[in-house]
Amino acid sequence: MAISLSRRQALKFSAAAGIAAGTATFAGSPAFADANTLLNVSFDPTAQLYAAYDKLFATHWATKTGTTPTLHYSHGGSGAQARAVIEGLPADVVTLALAYDIDAIAKKGLIAADWQSRLPNNSTPYTSTIVFLVRKGNPKNIKDWGDLIQPGVQIVAPNPKTSGGARWNVLAAWAWAEKNLGGQKAALTYLQKFFANVPVLDSGAHGSTLTFTQRKIGDVLVGWESDAYLSIKEAGNGEFEIIRPSLSILAEPPVALVDKNVAAHGTTAIATEYLTYLYSPEAQDLIGANFYRPSDPAAVAKYASQFPTLDLVTIKDFGGWQKAQPEFFGNGGYLDQAFGASGSSFFGISS
Amino acid sequence: MSASLSVPAPHLKRGFRWRPVSVLPGFGASFAITLVWLGIIVLGPLAVMLWFTAGMGWEAFLGTITTPRVLMDLWISLRSALYASLANAFFGLLVAWVLTRYEFPGRRFADALVDLPFALPTAVAGIALSTLYAPDGWLGSLLTPFGLQIAFQPAGIVVAMMFISLPFIVRTVQPVIEDLEAEQEEAAHLMGASDLAIFIRISLPAILPALLTGFALAFARCLGEYGSIIFIAGNRPMVSEIVPVLIVQELDQFNYQGATAIGVLMLAVSFLLLLTINLLQAWVRKRHGG
Repeated sequence: MAISLSRRQALKFSAAAGIAAGTATFAGSPAFADANTLLNVSFDPTAQLYAAYDKLFATHWATKTGTTPTLHYSHGGSGAQARAVIEGLPADVVTLALAYDIDAIAKKGLIAADWQSRLPNNSTPYTSTIVFLVRKGNPKNIKDWGDLIQPGVQIVAPNPKTSGGARWNVLAAWAWAEKNLGGQKAALTYLQKFFANVPVLDSGAHGSTLTFTQRKIGDVLVGWESDAYLSIKEAGNGEFEIIRPSLSILAEPPVALVDKNVAAHGTTAIATEYLTYLYSPEAQDLIGANFYRPSDPAAVAKYASQFPTLDLVTIKDFGGWQKAQPEFFGNGGYLDQAFGASGSSFFGISS
Repeated sequence: MSASLSVPAPHLKRGFRWRPVSVLPGFGASFAITLVWLGIIVLGPLAVMLWFTAGMGWEAFLGTITTPRVLMDLWISLRSALYASLANAFFGLLVAWVLTRYEFPGRRFADALVDLPFALPTAVAGIALSTLYAPDGWLGSLLTPFGLQIAFQPAGIVVAMMFISLPFIVRTVQPVIEDLEAEQEEAAHLMGASDLAIFIRISLPAILPALLTGFALAFARCLGEYGSIIFIAGNRPMVSEIVPVLIVQELDQFNYQGATAIGVLMLAVSFLLLLTINLLQAWVRKRHGG
């Protein structure tokens, strides 16, 4: 049975476990010392997916080994989650929004440097893409990236400095602008206009989704395809529509075993199986049902109507995360340049 | 909670002297515990911050804290905190005055209300405020026809700061107003002073040191606030982004040194401002013989 842990609770838990380990009075009782216990540290938009997957995996593990596993999870902004793991959150596996965040953990020696080649498809069991979610009837007639920067269009999107999903947003927008508006300079101008139309920069994809769907702010939400489908499903009354731009990006949220932690917890077997089983036909079907794009042929065929083929760039087109991160999101990068140009008065004038 | 801070024992002389001024014993032990406690609770975290920052070198430090983004965010933070504390200095004083000087039905209730911002989780306050002041919210929709917007604008930061810092002014000023001798005001009245003159020349000088303390506490609280502001500010860089948000962003990008460098800058600026206010307060007290 899955037990939900917020990041803060999990940190507290880990701090308590750390103190306990230090004083050696807790021996045997902390949940993390058990070979059938696992902590999956993930990012925000996967909460539903992993809640469902944990049930599937629990059955699978029980059939295989005869013991019911205890599965803990923690969801939060991808960067903040990676930082928590670096600082000692005892994650057995991490399932984050982008490879850069897992690389950051690997740099601290907690994960082997070649982690991304250990599992199929660059350790990415499911993919997604960036789409637009608009209100019923698409009142602002938004069809493609170019329509987002029209005056009077309010975009809701998270802050790329804190949100992994938002970084996929920026790269997708950039790819479109560079191709259709002519070069990098035009793409930078596009990015400026894009963010000038964003009235609220939430820190994570989940916050932006709530801003758009619950607080009814903005004309268009730019974000994960999975989040867009979830919003439609939760609203349930045709309140929102998905618009797919002419060009987007293949968003690859990878998974990895936290080598040092599983070795310390004695959980290598269950953690490895937890990740490998994500590629099984049953899990792939579940992934499709939870609005992430599967790779297993049967699941791909089954959910084909849900995931129309799109023209997609990939992170490789940007030279990989190690190059794209500083170039776009580092201090003084394209994003800072785009932000630096916009300004406004103390009381913004509403249109 | 803090009024006592502003009222040192009158016979305490300044200077570098080891001398207990209390007749109660236990100076040595309580002093040692004080040092250890301050060391663990206050200086410890600050030292870690300085330690992290020290590793980056002077040039990198200056380079980090002088970027337009950092300076602009610092300006936004300081400016908003100043507006909010000034507004609360006026309205907080008024609230404290009304609560202590007048009897009215529901006074106890109103008095208890003042403490709510202390107790309410800041995130809850932020969500409530942003819902209220959003362009289609209850209050926000009243302002929209005038072309004014509070939520997701720099003004939203000030509103959140006003909310969370109000108790600091009220609770600091209240005991002083309670202790004001009504006789002085009555005497001035009998001698023919106008109401305004009585307030400005008799009451206000007595309240001023406490008001300054309240102002300083409110200002410091405003600068450090994060939880409620992130919901109402919109957090747009160079427009409505406060320094703590920027620090979190640096952390989320694994830039610990950058984050602590900005933290040190914020700390230094806050410390200087608080020191100035404290000196000003000491000067006021001396001048008005507090």
